[in-house]
Amino acid sequence: MNGVHDMGGMHGMGAIKRDKNEPVFHARWESRAYGVTRAMGGWRLWNLDASRFQRELIAPVDFFQMSYYERWIAALVELMLKNKLVTRAEVESGRPDAGAPVRTPTFTAEKVPALISKGSSARRDIAAAPGYRVGQRVRARNINPVGHTRLPRYARGKAGTVDRDHGVFVFPDKNALRGLIGCRHRGHRLHPAKFSR
Amino acid sequence: MDRGESPAAFGALRVKALESLLVAKGLVDPAAVDALIDTYEHKVGPRNGARVVARAWSDPGYKRRLLTDANAALAELGYGGLQGEDMVVVENTAEVHNLVVCTLCSCYPWPVLGLPPVWYKSAPYRSRAVIDPRGVLSEFGLTIDEDVEVRVWDSTAELRYLVLPERPAGTDGWNEERLASLVTRDAMIGVANIATPGPGDHA
Repeated sequence: MNGVHDMGGMHGMGAIKRDKNEPVFHARWESRAYGVTRAMGGWRLWNLDASRFQRELIAPVDFFQMSYYERWIAALVELMLKNKLVTRAEVESGRPDAGAPVRTPTFTAEKVPALISKGSSARRDIAAAPGYRVGQRVRARNINPVGHTRLPRYARGKAGTVDRDHGVFVFPDKNALRGLIGCRHRGHRLHPAKFSR
Repeated sequence: MDRGESPAAFGALRVKALESLLVAKGLVDPAAVDALIDTYEHKVGPRNGARVVARAWSDPGYKRRLLTDANAALAELGYGGLQGEDMVVVENTAEVHNLVVCTLCSCYPWPVLGLPPVWYKSAPYRSRAVIDPRGVLSEFGLTIDEDVEVRVWDSTAELRYLVLPERPAGTDGWNEERLASLVTRDAMIGVANIATPGPGDHA
């Protein structure tokens, strides 16, 4: 989608503000927002692309009013509502609804080291049609998809050169929909392209 | 305007309430949250990347492996995993200066640099890095000669980039530990070079 998250090439955002000796988290709530979001990912009901898309869906006027982790929390709440893990009333009250089932967390502290050290590669070890040759001239599509895309506006329609062949990776534009509409998709060949100004 | 990470009472209250709810519903193990936070506050950060750079400066064979198969070379030092599953290392030379950005969100190589600083996730940096990289670099106090090519790597795919900075002059014979002490996070993003050490620099 052509949202405000797609910032490459915009003007008017001001000077780059840097903070000397910046802490990893600026407040305890930021660290909890980070950890809770990661931990909820452990239910595997949505993937990274779906999380990104949910953050992109925040209305522009709200997007710029919110800090980074406020956006994370806003998107997490929407994903949990969509997946019926929580109700709107629970989010508002901070307490489980009467009679709501109590589950047992699957993503426990013991699983953290493995998550950190392994992660989850977007690489897909499958055969895919040959892609482009390294050095081949290509042109980025000039498209305006309403869903998730990792093709930024500043690159659309631009001619470039294929820089490398990384093999087959998830195609985020489709992967973001997985779980929502049961879309199954195997992967696409990934080629970074080089664009000159 | 992006407020960055300013502590917001709204955020603090809301997150606290949300975490209590999720714990009460058995959806979140608070000890898992603690362990995730502890990892990035205390264990994983730019010192990892600095060790990689120092090794590459010291060992030409390692540097070659790092530039051709970053995942395997990083694994030699024990680095890899979450948000660095598929890594690319790009080398600064006398001809090319590399700069890393994520214009669409905040992609960053966590296993070697930890979590990104606020400026990296902010609208000013993300918006201008791709249209005016030299201007952005000058805001960081870095002037790149006109005859040096500036390459901007936008992390829009699931690849994470680390810049291998140029080894500064005046470091002949330094061991890896001492070299690593010179390597900054900003140099590994590409918004800084590594200065030739002065007489007072030692590790």
